[in-house]
Formats: sequence, C-alpha cells, structure tokens
Amino acid sequence: MKNKIVSLLLLVTVVLMSVSLCGCKKSSAEIYFLNFKPESATIYEEIAKEYEKEKGVKVKVVTAAANTYEQTLKSEIAKKNAPTIFQVNGPIGYQSWKDYCLNIESSEIYSHLSDKSLAIKGDDGKGVYAIPYVVEGYGIIYNGELTDKYFSLKDRNNDYTSMDEIDSFDKLKKIVEDMQKKKKELGIEGVFSSTSLSSGEEWRWQTHLLNVPLYYEFEANDDYEDPTIAGLNAKELDFRYEKEYKNLFDLYVENSVTEKTLLGSKSTDDSMAEFALGKSVMVQNGNWAWSQIKKVSGNNVKEDKIKFLPMYMGISGEEEQGICIGTENYFAVNKQATKEEQEASLDFLNWLFSSETGKKYVTEQLDFITPFDTFTDSELPNDPLAKEVVRYMRDDSLKTIPWIFTSFPSENYKKDVGSALLDYVQGTKTYDEVSKTVKDKWKSERS
Amino acid sequence: MYKSLKKWFPVFMLPTLIAFFIAFLIPLILGIYLSFCNFRSVSDATFVGFSNYIKVFSENSDFVNSLWFTVKFAVVSVITVNIFAFLLALLLTRGIKGTNLFRTVFFMPNLIGGIVLGYIWQLIINGVLYGFGYSITSNAEYGYIGLIVLMNWQMIGYMMIIYIAGIQNIPTDILEAAKVDGAGRFKTLFNIVIPSVMPSVTICLFLTITNSFKLFDQNLALTAGAPGKQTQMIALDIYNTFYGKIGFEGVGQAKAVIFAIMVAVIALLQLYLTRQKEVES
Repeated sequence: MKNKIVSLLLLVTVVLMSVSLCGCKKSSAEIYFLNFKPESATIYEEIAKEYEKEKGVKVKVVTAAANTYEQTLKSEIAKKNAPTIFQVNGPIGYQSWKDYCLNIESSEIYSHLSDKSLAIKGDDGKGVYAIPYVVEGYGIIYNGELTDKYFSLKDRNNDYTSMDEIDSFDKLKKIVEDMQKKKKELGIEGVFSSTSLSSGEEWRWQTHLLNVPLYYEFEANDDYEDPTIAGLNAKELDFRYEKEYKNLFDLYVENSVTEKTLLGSKSTDDSMAEFALGKSVMVQNGNWAWSQIKKVSGNNVKEDKIKFLPMYMGISGEEEQGICIGTENYFAVNKQATKEEQEASLDFLNWLFSSETGKKYVTEQLDFITPFDTFTDSELPNDPLAKEVVRYMRDDSLKTIPWIFTSFPSENYKKDVGSALLDYVQGTKTYDEVSKTVKDKWKSERS
Repeated sequence: MYKSLKKWFPVFMLPTLIAFFIAFLIPLILGIYLSFCNFRSVSDATFVGFSNYIKVFSENSDFVNSLWFTVKFAVVSVITVNIFAFLLALLLTRGIKGTNLFRTVFFMPNLIGGIVLGYIWQLIINGVLYGFGYSITSNAEYGYIGLIVLMNWQMIGYMMIIYIAGIQNIPTDILEAAKVDGAGRFKTLFNIVIPSVMPSVTICLFLTITNSFKLFDQNLALTAGAPGKQTQMIALDIYNTFYGKIGFEGVGQAKAVIFAIMVAVIALLQLYLTRQKEVES
C-alpha cells in the first residue's frame, strides 16, 4: 500500500513537471516581438529593457537566425504564446500570413507614416495590414578614393574626370574595363568584388539585380499604376531587358577580383571584405553594408569617400535612373493575439518610432532611415551610405527604382534563377538557358 | 517477480513512455495527417485529400531526381563504409602497437557534427580544386564524390567499433580449432570470422543505410544541392519544398511521408535478409 502511494506520488510529480514545462503562465499583455534582423538583436533587447523601465510593460524579443525568419515564424505562431509583433516581407509575405495580420488602419503609428502608399493594403484595397518601418537602398557602392586615383592616371582611354559624369552603361563599361587593365597601377585585384554565387548568397543577383530590368518591364504595363502590383499580377514574363541584365552581370563577372569558375564558393561576406580592404573598387550592395565594411579588420575605406552609383545596364532613359530604394521590412500585429496584447504592441511600436528615447535608439543604434514623419532631418542616421540613400531620395532630377522584387513569385524562383546564374558563369549553361529559367520558372511558380 | 515488475512499471517506464508519446508518436501521427492538408502553421490545417501526393510527382521532377541521387549515394557509401570499417577492425584487433590510439583517432570524426564536417570538407575540397581553377560546385560529380568521402570519414570509425566488438566476441577456441585443423588466414576469415560477426553486419548495414538515406546537414553544408539541384539529396529536397514556396508545406510533408515509408521498407528488408545469415556459434 505504502509503495503504491509512493509510486503514485512520483507519477503525479512527473506529470506535473511535464505540464508545468510546457504551459508557462501568461502574464497580462506581454509583448512578444519576433525580430528579423540578427544584426540588431542586442539593440532590440536593450530597447525592450528600456521600455519596461519606462512603461512597465514587458517586451520579449526573439531573433530568428539569418535567413530563417519564415521557418521561425511558422513554428512560433503555432504556439500558445505566439508573437504579437512579427514581420512580413511584402505583398507576397502578406498573402501567406494574412490570417494573422490585424487591420491597423486606425493606429497612431500608421498616422505617422509619411507616404501612406507604402503600407500593405488588404486584397480589396481596404484596411492596412502591415506598415514599413525602414527604408533601404542599394546600387553599386564605389570607393571614391580609388576612382579618384584612376582619374588622376595619365594614359586613360577616356577623358572623364569624375564619377559624376558616369550616367550610362556605356560610360561605366568604358571606365571599368580600363580600370581592370590598370589594376596593378591602382593596387587592386579587380574592379568588382566577387559575384558571390554560393548557395544562399545569390540574392544580390537573382533578387536585387533582377529587380532593375523587371521594374522597367512592369512599369511599361499600362494596366496597373503600381509596378509592384503589375508584377504580382504578371502570370508570365517577357524578360524584355534580358540583354541589358546580361550586360551588367557580365561586367561584374568579367572584371572581378575572382576568376569566373571560383565564384560558386564566394559569399557576400567575402565580397564585402574584398571591398573593405581595397582589393576592389566597386561592389553591388545596399546601405546595410556599411556596418559590414566597418567590421572588417584592416579596412581602409574612407567614410567620406564611399558613394552609390545607380545600376546602369543600358536601358534607354537610364541617365535619369537613381538607385533602388524600397523596403522588405513591414511590421504586422498578430490578429489572433488578445485585445490587450494587440493594444500593447501598437503602443510599443508607436513609442519606438515617436518618443524621444525610442527615436534615439532608431537613429543612433539601429541606423534606420524610417518612413515616419516623426523624424526630423537632424534625426537621420549618420552612416555614409544611409546619407547617400537620403541624397538619392531627395534628388528630384533622378528617378529612384522601387523594390518590385517583393512581387517575385517564391523563394524557389529566386533559388532557381541563382543556380542558373551559377551554371552560366561556370560555363555549363548558356545565357539563353538562364533567360529561359527566368521566364519559365516565373510561370510555373506563379501558377 | 512479475508482481513487483507490475508495481514498479509506472515509476520506471512512465517518464519514457510520456516522452515517447510527446516526441515521437504524436508528431508521427500529426505528420501523416498534415500530409493530407493544406496548411501554413501546424495548428490550422484544412483537409485536401491526396492532392499533395499527386503534386509530389506532377509539379516537377525534383523528388525523383533527388531520390535517384540519394540511391546512387547510398549504394556506394554503404559498401565503402562497411568494407573500410571491417578492414580497419581486422587490423586493429591483431594487437598492433598503439591499437587504442588508432581506435580513438578513427572514431573521433564521429564526434563532430554534420554541419561542421560539411564546411570543413568544403574548405578542403575547394582548397584542392582551386589549384585547377574549379570549385566544388563546378561539376555535380565533385559534390557526389565529396559527399561519399565525407560520409566515409564520419561513419567508418563508428562502424569499426561495432565490428571490433563483434570480432572480439568470437570464442578463441573456435579460432584455435581452425588453426589446429590447418585453416589458413583467408579460410579463417571467410569461414569463421565473417559468419561469426554477422550480427554486427546487420547493425552496421542498418545504420549506414538509414544514415545515408536521411543525410541532411552534411549535404546542406557541403553543396546545398549546387550546381542546380544536381547534388540535392532527398531530405534536403523535402526541406526546400516545405519552405520554398507558399502553399507547398503539405507537399513537403507528403514527400516526407513517402520517404519515411520507403526507408522503413528498405531497412526492414535488409534486417530480414541479414538476420537469416546470422549463425549461432
């Protein structure tokens, strides 16, 4: 009898323990923020602490490892304590998470959004389900010190005197090829950093570079005012500017630090390191790259000499083209959270982007260029590439290219285009096959 | 005896049983159910019948291609791993100087995780191929051979230990009797040693077959399927299907179910066949 009681007691403890392990107690209105940017993980944790100190509301920050946000969100949202604030990457991302996106049209944070068209609307054009919180830009980053050095050489094949004169693909090609010839005199290993094509590192080409020709294609579609919407509705692609896409891609590959056949093992980090160490003059990337360049030990890029050049590829009218500016980062509030949690989450977002403390974190530590009207000119981040983005954004003589790649059909699509590009540089596929992949895969992944 | 077994059963077995239910049985059943569903997250799913299974084969040929690649890989690596492991076991049971050191050294790679091993071998292989102006993604053959080398390097030590245990278990009187009867080294090997270690062969074959079929981390780290999807093994294909396209979670799940059944059938068949060859000494 006694033994029976002992075993029963043990059993109860075992069961209780397992139950208490899974079902943590729910405190009132805790905010759970699933962060997308691993590089800002520690800053968000600091912000959370600050917010708790100031407002007494607990914020739990969980950061997904690089490139695993969708996976993490998928498993986190199924839990009982699901994220109350999460992020979608654009209209396609909204489509997959719309059951979880709350209509935040009446929220204060939405009222601060300076360009309301940036927000993601519902399928019927009504309601606001996700709002962008950071604007980013990308183009060809160049090291002004090295280009100045080039322009001071005597035996150039052209008579341009500064990068400001370069406003088309032909001019770019001319100086790039000449620079490549004079790489010894310039002390570089190649004009462009490695065109990184190892698995998971192809996004600069299959997403960012492809954005430009497809933007021009969708923009020409008169049925839709917004090229992103045109892209979302495109069942098939003409890939009208395939030749132009090849122009710039070939220029990258032919005048590179690395031999063509070895590009399959290079990563974005490799290219940024090459640029930071002055082995290359140019690299295609965005303003987020500055923190990466800064981190490379022995970097010798001068802060006031690093600039953006638009991605010219030979499309007519590109003299007026700016860099690509847009966003892939939208906040959404979980519709399936409790009312209190939703309120608390919106309050937190509003605090982050409009209170003095919050804004300080955003500009000084997160280095965000935000699309909210609560930020004045003096509250812009002071890293050189972010400043360049702002310069391009404000230059009315140039037409910035929006990020229409948010309308690309799927991750698979980008992956397949990336591996076709790898086959192309390795010589196992022709460019026609790449172009066919771009078109055929669009059709099959869209269906 | 039986009574006390009954009395203490809950105390000793219940935690394990609960863990087994939570971590194995429930996910298995849920997984099979989800393969018939259209879902985004596991908590809300709508039943769609067999359409996921049809899409596995109708959408594209990735599944069949990666299955074929996996089979090619499994056949070669199962054979090489077992032969090398057995030869090493033979060598290291003969009382050579430093036997223990060698056993440890050969076993060590098994202690390193697959992702780490994958990246290490990628560095090594690329280091060699760079000299010729290639990299591991230049040709699918390189990735294929690389995977086999990696698998061998990782698994041989483990299998070797099992074979050593088997060889050491052979009663010395049989070996002595064989010697007295005038059996040579090869005769002893084929007529006494190999039949006596058949139980180890069963285990080793089972482990190598299942491990080569479900290889994932090594594949992801070494080539991630490049070039194209030519070196993509089946586990990686399932992963990519699940996360690659919105609405294809169920298809990935269906692939996983097909794959699980297939591996189970192959493994059971192998167990049945090699069990028959086992002898009582």
